[in-house]
Amino acid sequence: MASPAIPLKLTMKDFKSDQEVRWCPGCGDYAILAAVQSFMPELGIPRENIVFVSGIGCSSRFPYYMNTYGMHSIHGRAPAIATGLSASRPDLSVWVVTGDGDALSIGGNHLIHALRRNVNLKILLFNNRIYGLTKGQYSPTSELGKITKSTPAGSADSPFNPLSLALGAEATFVARTIDSDRKHLQSVLRAAAEHEGSAFVEIYQNCNIFNDGAFDLIKDADSRDEHLIRLEQGQPITFGRDNEFSVVHPEGSFGLQVQPGGTPLVHDATVEDPAYAFALSRLSGSDLNTTPIGVFRNVQRPSYDEIVRKQLLDAQAQSTGAPEEMLNDLLNSGDTWTIL
Amino acid sequence: MAAPAKRVEQLDRVVIRFAGDSGDGMQLTGDRFTSETAQLGNDISTLPNFPAEIRAPAGTLPGVSSFQVHFADYDILTPGDSPNVLVAMNPAALKANLSELPAGADLIVNTDEFTKRNLAKVGYASSPLDDGSLSGYSVHPVALTSMTVGALAGLGIAKKDAERAKNMFALGLLSWMYSRPFESTLRFLERKFAKRPELVEANKTAFRAGWNYGETTELFSVRYEIKPAKMQPGTYRNITGNQALALGLVAATVRSKLPLFLGAYPITPASDILHELSKHKRFGITTMQAEDEIAAIGAALGAAYGGALGVTTTSGPGVALKGETISLAIALELPLVIVDVQRAGPSTGMPTKTEQADLNMALYGRHGEAPLAVIAPKSPSDCFHAALEAARIALTYRTPVILLSDNYVANGSEPWLLPSVDELPDLSVSFTTEPNAPDGKFLPYLRDPATMARPWAVPGTPGLEHRIGGLEKADKTGDISYDPANHEFMVRTRAARIEAIQVPDVDVEDPSEAARVLVLGWGSTYGPIGAACRALRQRGLTIAQAHLRHMSPLPDNLGEVLKSYEKVVIPEMNLGQLAHVIRARYLVDAVPFNQVSGLPFTAATLENMLEDVVKNG
Repeated sequence: MASPAIPLKLTMKDFKSDQEVRWCPGCGDYAILAAVQSFMPELGIPRENIVFVSGIGCSSRFPYYMNTYGMHSIHGRAPAIATGLSASRPDLSVWVVTGDGDALSIGGNHLIHALRRNVNLKILLFNNRIYGLTKGQYSPTSELGKITKSTPAGSADSPFNPLSLALGAEATFVARTIDSDRKHLQSVLRAAAEHEGSAFVEIYQNCNIFNDGAFDLIKDADSRDEHLIRLEQGQPITFGRDNEFSVVHPEGSFGLQVQPGGTPLVHDATVEDPAYAFALSRLSGSDLNTTPIGVFRNVQRPSYDEIVRKQLLDAQAQSTGAPEEMLNDLLNSGDTWTIL
Repeated sequence: MAAPAKRVEQLDRVVIRFAGDSGDGMQLTGDRFTSETAQLGNDISTLPNFPAEIRAPAGTLPGVSSFQVHFADYDILTPGDSPNVLVAMNPAALKANLSELPAGADLIVNTDEFTKRNLAKVGYASSPLDDGSLSGYSVHPVALTSMTVGALAGLGIAKKDAERAKNMFALGLLSWMYSRPFESTLRFLERKFAKRPELVEANKTAFRAGWNYGETTELFSVRYEIKPAKMQPGTYRNITGNQALALGLVAATVRSKLPLFLGAYPITPASDILHELSKHKRFGITTMQAEDEIAAIGAALGAAYGGALGVTTTSGPGVALKGETISLAIALELPLVIVDVQRAGPSTGMPTKTEQADLNMALYGRHGEAPLAVIAPKSPSDCFHAALEAARIALTYRTPVILLSDNYVANGSEPWLLPSVDELPDLSVSFTTEPNAPDGKFLPYLRDPATMARPWAVPGTPGLEHRIGGLEKADKTGDISYDPANHEFMVRTRAARIEAIQVPDVDVEDPSEAARVLVLGWGSTYGPIGAACRALRQRGLTIAQAHLRHMSPLPDNLGEVLKSYEKVVIPEMNLGQLAHVIRARYLVDAVPFNQVSGLPFTAATLENMLEDVVKNG
């Protein structure tokens, strides 16, 4: 199942399945789907070697629309299922599509353990800060006090910061992007695809039915420049209409701060200490007031798949004989006795 | 260790129970005695019994651990109802086991541990060694600990280590009493303590001291011999159910030529299967210790989707957690083996005790109409064949299969006639690599007419890219469908395809061919039911025995078998789960006989019950 020798000439059309796309009109998922479909040919990977695995929720319908292999599984379990697939099939490019409820609520355990293991998965978390498929309950990324069908007096629980969570779970690649910015989204996908190990990508996605405008502050042309921080490797971290704001590390402080002017930090996602990326992730809260996007962390660590593979290959290299002979030896091992 | 000039008596069978504190090494002692006995060619059946606590408070009743071994010069079916010999390493071990000891039995007691303090711990007001309460037994008081320490004096061993070798002293003594060959034990000690040569010497010395003590003391006037059993020619090894199950899975990966992927979360009493399989990577076996039970089966299912033999191993609480993923596997129609080593429930229950109470969960414990195949091994060595059979059904019919083992067969052991690898079933499968529709399309839910299985087209196969999922699928295309008629069709098809799985007919054993009563069992009760039937027949009564291995689908001939007897009795270690199935499905007025003590049936219990049914209807 190796890639063919001649370069593949696939187009976006090759990645569209014959299924009618059934998200609500105006849903941010359409933009993400189009961005992924038009990005896929760039990978140069044959369609048959790509698998999309999802859980449950609006975003998890995604695999049906990709003309690759795909599994729409059960709520929260996609990272676990994808782990078994990826660990046993190193020839595949395995992508997980999930949402804020799927990945951070019901499936939180699998997400953190996939990241900790550094399984070779590309995990796309569509974060719309609401439950869409069940018609509008608050999610683990909804802001505190969110008034929804299930919280008429406002939600009482504080949200997760998905990137802080991923970093705490030892993720080796952590990024954030936005559904409506195709160019940026694709640049993040590119970096994620190149990463060996788990790549965690949070995609801010608008649910125009139950949480419309959740990310307007960093999307609208008249406000985004003052609130959106674009991280670029090797570049000073500045933003503002005239780049008048800098992200700095004040002396004696554990975290980073935004201030007018000053000496901005130069972004380096390859910093080994996760404290840097964590500090970046803390710049934005529910209010999105200063929200970095881009690749926060991108470091190398052997993937789970690679370690598992190596153990198998080492054991196989040390053994001789046909499997049937080895089985016969195994059955006959230990204290045996023979009756004539 | 020259042969002693003591009287040698021939016996046909013996049941010995080694009992002591959890820290006394009774499981190891029992294991070694079993291995020596196997070398001699006796038939064997063993029953370990230990607390869930790793180290319960020393010297207390909850901390007692025991190992019972039954060996004979003929083929036996159970580890024996009650011991002929009890080795009690402390007062707690004596108190916990005495009630099961028949009058006249041999009792070997470690007198060193019968201190005031230890007696008080278990509520003995006076020492049973002195107060006459053991007068009905043949008591052999032995200062095991101090004699062991004495024997090791001069070896430069710490006192604590010397005391710990007392189990080898006991093993040496019992090995002498029953004329066991001991070379394999000495070799075992060399392996076990390879990194600490001083302990090899200490344990060997303690073993020899025990042997020599038996030979020289007047306390033991008789030595026993049990001739080899007449067993089928071939090579044997002693094996526990969990080991056999793991080896069956290794055989399944070899015979299917598929890589095996085990996803597992540690749980008593199933963890040993994970431990065993993790040693066999050279066969292309991947074992993943997952973050939880759900991830364990999820990863196994993901690997199965990718073309591996996916397996998950657990016990009842784990199966409960895996339920949703099992349903997904049913909807996806992918092969998957789910091993449930049952233990006493509900909830945490008694993790180291046995029960058969997960049958309902295996058959019905999922949302929606979610049928699957269920099989149950009948003995430790049968776990090997049951694992292969589970893999056969899963791979042939593309379905999850639940294998219902239990603590009794999982930790019990018996001699296993090693099979020839060539004679094991061929489990090879062929993945679908070409479109299967006339128009050149690929239909992921177009079924093989013979097996009703859908194609297994694994990722990496060009041209067959397709999407599957938990949403209801349209027949043939596998597209999402909410069509009422399609759902009705798919639900009925999923049920029909499980019913259509080919399983062997159930055999009936009735040498008289005149029995009016049939005893029907399943899984691990085979041994005690069989032993009870034999005993009844020896007494001139007639009884028929049938034992189910396939719980879903049931054998085609079962209804006919049930209806050809006046009375059907179903002993189970639950409150009548199979009996419910039989009554509902066949309208047979089956009589349940139930025990849920966490212990296996004794043959005597069943013999008494069956005798009453046979005589009084």
